[in-house]
Amino acid sequence: MRAVIFALFVMACAPPHAPGTPSPRAATPTTGREGGQGAGAGALSTPDDNPFPSTYRPRPSRPTVLTNVNIYTAAGPLIRNGAIYIRDGKVVEVGQSVSAPPDADVIDGQGKYVTPGIIDTHSHLGVYAAPGVEALSDGNEATNPVTAQVWAEHSVWPQDPQFPRDLAGGVTTLQVLPGSANLIGGRSVVLKVVPSRTVQGMKFPGAKYGLKMACGENPKRVYASRGPSTRMGNVAGYRAAWIAAEQYRRKWDRWNADHAGEPPARDLGLETLAEVLRGHILVHNHCYRADEMAQMIDIAKEFGYSIRSFHHAVEGYKVADLLARDSIAASVWADWGGFKMEAMDGVVGNAAMLQQAGVRTIIHSDDPSGSQRLNQEAAKALAEGRRMGIALTDEDAIRWITLDAAWALDLDDRIGSLEPGKNADLVLWSSDPLSVYARAERVWVDGALMYDRHDPTRQWRTDFELGFVPAGGTR
Amino acid sequence: MGILTSLRPRASTATSLAFLLAAALSPVPATSRAQTIAITGGKVYPVSGPAIENGTVLIRDGRIVAVGANVPVPADARRVDATGKWVTPGLINSSTHLGLVDIGAVPETRDYAARGRDGVAAAFRAVDGLNPRSVYVAPAREDGVTSVVVAPAGGMVSGQAAFVDLLQANSATDMTVRAPLAMVAQLENAGSAGAGARGELLLRMRELLEDARVFGQNRRAYDAGSSRSLVASRSDLEALQPVLDGKLPLLVSVNRASDIQAAIRLARDYGVKLMISGGAEAWEVAGELAEARVPVLTGALTNIPTSFASLGSRQDNAALLRRAGVTVLITGDGGADPTAFNVRNLRYAAGNAVAYGMSWDEALRAITLAPAEAFGLGDRYGALQAGGVANVVVWTGDPFEFTTSAEHVFVRGREIAEETRQEELEERYRKLPPSYYPPPH
Repeated sequence: MRAVIFALFVMACAPPHAPGTPSPRAATPTTGREGGQGAGAGALSTPDDNPFPSTYRPRPSRPTVLTNVNIYTAAGPLIRNGAIYIRDGKVVEVGQSVSAPPDADVIDGQGKYVTPGIIDTHSHLGVYAAPGVEALSDGNEATNPVTAQVWAEHSVWPQDPQFPRDLAGGVTTLQVLPGSANLIGGRSVVLKVVPSRTVQGMKFPGAKYGLKMACGENPKRVYASRGPSTRMGNVAGYRAAWIAAEQYRRKWDRWNADHAGEPPARDLGLETLAEVLRGHILVHNHCYRADEMAQMIDIAKEFGYSIRSFHHAVEGYKVADLLARDSIAASVWADWGGFKMEAMDGVVGNAAMLQQAGVRTIIHSDDPSGSQRLNQEAAKALAEGRRMGIALTDEDAIRWITLDAAWALDLDDRIGSLEPGKNADLVLWSSDPLSVYARAERVWVDGALMYDRHDPTRQWRTDFELGFVPAGGTR
Repeated sequence: MGILTSLRPRASTATSLAFLLAAALSPVPATSRAQTIAITGGKVYPVSGPAIENGTVLIRDGRIVAVGANVPVPADARRVDATGKWVTPGLINSSTHLGLVDIGAVPETRDYAARGRDGVAAAFRAVDGLNPRSVYVAPAREDGVTSVVVAPAGGMVSGQAAFVDLLQANSATDMTVRAPLAMVAQLENAGSAGAGARGELLLRMRELLEDARVFGQNRRAYDAGSSRSLVASRSDLEALQPVLDGKLPLLVSVNRASDIQAAIRLARDYGVKLMISGGAEAWEVAGELAEARVPVLTGALTNIPTSFASLGSRQDNAALLRRAGVTVLITGDGGADPTAFNVRNLRYAAGNAVAYGMSWDEALRAITLAPAEAFGLGDRYGALQAGGVANVVVWTGDPFEFTTSAEHVFVRGREIAEETRQEELEERYRKLPPSYYPPPH
């Protein structure tokens, strides 16, 4: 237990995105080599917006039709006894029935359930890999309170045995974040939960980066001896960083406009922060307490960035109106609390109350065990909302772990729901995923069957597991 | 949970004399009010026997007096209509720090780990620090957990665990059913006991048990100062006597299969009654555990090789152990604090065990009668049977499901429906912005 609590202290955190700045979608990349190819003159002095490009390719897939399934599309009401047709990595048709082409594999779902692939907005898989030994503890660059220069992907170990377990829990997309030791912890990365030798092979093509920021107890505890040692010190730290970032952004924007004279000196940390100010990177802000969230909202306004999502937001229910007003999502646990002062007021009604106030609500994990059971976490939060008398649907709870989570990553045009044209990330569950007895039986990523509970050849084992972890069995 | 109004029944004058007599004769303390309660019409799961449709559970003065399909209901009984509901024994969470920690990160609220001497704190009674007012008691009880094992942690020998009822009590003494219940130890983390290797940790444990035996046989010489020096303090050596007598179980936290085997050997050598907690790889040595009749406390959400001692961790550990004939006690695990804030989630752990191969009946037993029996309390706890302590829960449905709520919770025959701190917070912020003071008109 103490190990768990320690992990919570060090790791727990999450970020948001900011409104008011240029729309992330409309924003154009800075200069640089697309895809990191073809280094030309000036490559070293001109920021490259994509130096570690994704090499992910969807696995081969077969046109597939699932019939006789109950489908939570996350985009509408549950379709009872319906069907879904996927082809070439995309959803083609979803409905009561579909026009199955003759070349498609047809799977009789026998009354089971289908959801979109589950999305976890808050993971440390790969950066805090299992086994949890010091040599694999790569999630917090706890050497300075502001480490905007670090990127979580450079810590991700693709052989972390927690990845295949997450996939077996129906999770197809993860945001892996740096830890919460720092005021500004660095860039997050969005991964597909697929086997790969390299992190590049897991990176979600085209996904935006996130910036991890953290409020409250963690930074002031970690840096107590050198500062910040107080919450007011924390706030001064964020503001100082954004002041420097704003200056840096102006300098580079000016140079980018006319390329006159020597390019300004590059600074990796400020480069990331400037990209936030330009609206290209989404802010994910670990913050527990209501009063601190209100302050972070003001800081975002002061510097003209948006918070995409507060993470943990254990007291989100106290300021749900403020989050709704500024379109800030809340990534929360169903039922965590009590492990530190700022988690003291955790309530299981949090998600339901947030949703009721109009906040885009997400159930996240920040935990390798909880990530495998986000469906159960959503079910807990749903049940509590109903006990409180809040009108919620089963579909709401599914959206908390799919479409709303996709929005927080600005990927809701590609994943998070089962609609024609979207990526064919889907899970076949043994029963209603809001039941404690449901298990993910098959998981497709971009139309390819990547996990099958009943087929050992479709159960990914990492390099680490060979020899160390007995083969076979239920994991 | 929603906002509950107080359902606490009032004692009738007719039963108060009976209550006074009962209080004088039975260990059920004065906190349980004298009354007769008949829970009728529900599907009753006694655990000690097959389920009873449309059954009645009759409670009097804190005890269960009858369970069955045709139990006559006395005229003075308060009737609880459980038609369409499920009735089970109160759940028992066998691995908690409940009442020993309020805020994990605040040391002054944390009382489960003694400093000890050289990793030994055998005389440490964790329950002495129990706070009956802990804000996590009510949420646990509200989810049907009526008894918990309050256990210490840390070092090699952590101290003594206790079995407590989750009464609405002012005193830990009132809550305590048995203390000591077990001696808690660990045999896998050498460093935390100042040893440098697994073998050295085992050596320390053997030295300790040897010296406790020497002490037990030569108390006079020890007190006269004519004994050789022993490796632990007098109070620790004394506290280990019931362990050596085979009366007090030694609850050893180990996960690796080979460490479990080492613990079995040690227990055999010293005649110690062994229980294993953690047990991530217990399934690999299930036959040996069954043969040695060693119960295993294990979670149902564990499938990650979180350490080199738990590489074989797998989801269906509990089911495999049970299938091999091992007594299984399901405990909470996972990332959320399962030992304090989320002691309440025990029922979902049982549900997950079912999802991964355990039968529903066995899973219910693993959080009721199995722990009661393993700790020697099977005659009074963990089942709905005449003579048992009336810890009873009426559920709206399957207790393992998220949609289900505990509608009535009885602890020692008294219904408790105390609003939790979390419910007060939810209520305060139902409308935003909240109106703190003065109250709105």
